[in-house]
Amino acid sequence: MGQISLSSVTKTFGDVTVIPPLDLQINDGEFVVFVGPSGCGKSTLLRLIAGLEDISSGQIMIDGKDATDAAPAERRLAMVFQSYALYPHMSVRKNIAFPLKMAKIPQAEQDKKVENAARILNLTNYLDRRPGQLSGGQRQRVAIGRAIVREPAAFLFDEPLSNLDASLRVTMRQEISELHQSLKTTMIYVTHDQVEAMTMADKIVVLNAGNIEQVGSPLELYHHPRNLFVAGFIGSPKMNFVTGAEAARHGCATLGVRPEHLEVTADGPWQGVIGLAEHLGSDTFLKVQVEGVGDLTVRVAGEQGLHHGQTIRLTPPADKLYRFDKGGLAIGGAA
Amino acid sequence: MATEQSRTAARLMVSPAVILLFLWMIVPLGMTIYFSFLRYNLLMPGMESWAGFDNYYYFLAQPAFTSALINTLLLVGGVLLITVVGGIALALLLDQPFKGQGVVRVMVIAPFFVMPTVSALVWKNMFMNPVNGIFAHIAKAIGVQPFDFLSHAPLASIILIVAWSWLPFATLILLTALQSLDREQMEAAEMDGANWINRFVYLVLPHLTRSITVVVLIQTIFLLSVFAEILVTTNGGPGTASTNLPYLVYAQSLLNFDVGGGSAGGIIAVILANIVAFFLMRMIGKNLET
Ligand SMILES: Nc1ncnc2c1ncn2[C@@H]1O[C@H](COP(=O)(O)OP(=O)(O)O)[C@@H](O)[C@H]1O
Ligand SMILES: [Mg+2]
Repeated sequence: MGQISLSSVTKTFGDVTVIPPLDLQINDGEFVVFVGPSGCGKSTLLRLIAGLEDISSGQIMIDGKDATDAAPAERRLAMVFQSYALYPHMSVRKNIAFPLKMAKIPQAEQDKKVENAARILNLTNYLDRRPGQLSGGQRQRVAIGRAIVREPAAFLFDEPLSNLDASLRVTMRQEISELHQSLKTTMIYVTHDQVEAMTMADKIVVLNAGNIEQVGSPLELYHHPRNLFVAGFIGSPKMNFVTGAEAARHGCATLGVRPEHLEVTADGPWQGVIGLAEHLGSDTFLKVQVEGVGDLTVRVAGEQGLHHGQTIRLTPPADKLYRFDKGGLAIGGAA
Repeated sequence: MATEQSRTAARLMVSPAVILLFLWMIVPLGMTIYFSFLRYNLLMPGMESWAGFDNYYYFLAQPAFTSALINTLLLVGGVLLITVVGGIALALLLDQPFKGQGVVRVMVIAPFFVMPTVSALVWKNMFMNPVNGIFAHIAKAIGVQPFDFLSHAPLASIILIVAWSWLPFATLILLTALQSLDREQMEAAEMDGANWINRFVYLVLPHLTRSITVVVLIQTIFLLSVFAEILVTTNGGPGTASTNLPYLVYAQSLLNFDVGGGSAGGIIAVILANIVAFFLMRMIGKNLET
């Protein structure tokens, strides 16, 4: 079981409101990702759920029970911290066994659970080392191992991959996803990286200055962003926003076009000069200055021999335009 | 940087300082060793003669020596115990967020700046005096016979006075160590179900071992040579109840005018201090390695 619901939860530090009233329902077994820019309150929200911070008002229910005033240990949630927060004076084995030892579980059972977790996480050969003698990825695994052995109601991850290098991040991302598929335990995962959010989540919660901007599956957010913030945050490279006369012609205040939807054609209505071409091999990212429209990012598949200074014509996809009103809200969803 | 040439130059440059420091140490030590083998009494100037190991024999054979040795160890151990335990407790308290933290921290350090003679006098006359001391007043107020600390528990009283002046040092070192403890580790432990006792035993204490080692080593060096507090309060008495080795050396050479015997005592004290240092390093020195 791992059902968590927040109702009208707020958090203020002094007179700074970090979380305005917020409602959220997290279902059993879901992989939920909190995503948003740095400083928007993701960690604070996670710490409120964990019980490491007291909420200023509102209610937190875990598995149908009121956990608003429960101590962190009573909530049966396990957290993996950004700094891993391993106990430096203990061996890997003792680190992983620590929550079991605190719960006064018999030694034999402790050993069994630790061995089992170590096997799942490929740590068997490192059990007698200290955390200081491990690489970043291994420390990450130990932190996850320490969470697994508790068999918690839900796992909480706070930007667990941000200290790893790019390739390791991809591997760990997949391992955490696989772990979720095999354990089927609720996971709440905080990140500022929308790629992690898109690839891992069942449900994404987009946060901005403590407010929930939108909740939905990755593809829902991609296809039907509720407002400008979500449209700009989800998707890479970022969605192009066009304002002014061109937007008015489409009957909106802001017109959104994703770089991957723009097509380079011989007779497109938008003509512009390539300011910058980034060649990735698999794709080419173009920065195009289009007269009367503005700067657009265009993503073209493969290598098409386009380069700086060239004049090209672009066709906006009639069926994949996003239209937003003056307040930044989407008009009737994407057409 | 570290070429052969620059290393030679570096050695040449530091050599005056090293040689001066070496002489500074070796000349008094050499003279003390020399005096310790002489029959040298200030009441009979110009009558010095070779004594061999007699001075050592008489210094070690006197009954005061054993009690001084025990007193020295009790004094060092007692003060260490009080300052380490008290220092941890105070550091834990001062690490909590509260109003006026800065002022309180400065006030806690204050005793360290009071000279030993002054603090001993204050304790002797204003606190422990059986007639006018605050403790005596408190005792009378609650209807108890005032206790004459310095004559009935002289060594314990001196331990208390010395511990009072060293407590801030221990507190300060342990507080800085405490502040460098990772907050997320404590939170992780809290979520893992560790109560504060477990968090203290499994996280805080291991984190503090290195600082505790530093406190113990540094204080031991100074506590082996406590002198002013004894001179001002009890003069080593009653009898030899509060005489430690440095005070015994003083009594031998300047109260009995026996420079030879005092020098022998000094050399013995140096040897004993080195034995203590050796065992300390064996026991806890490994905590200092990374
Ligand atoms: N203990 C605290 N005291 C005061 N302000 C805090 C505290 N913790 C976080 N904040 C503020 O709350 C905001 C959100 O912080 P945080 O939740 O860490 O953001 P994120 O994890 O999304 O980057 C920030 O503006 C931060 O300055
Ligand atoms: Mg954060």
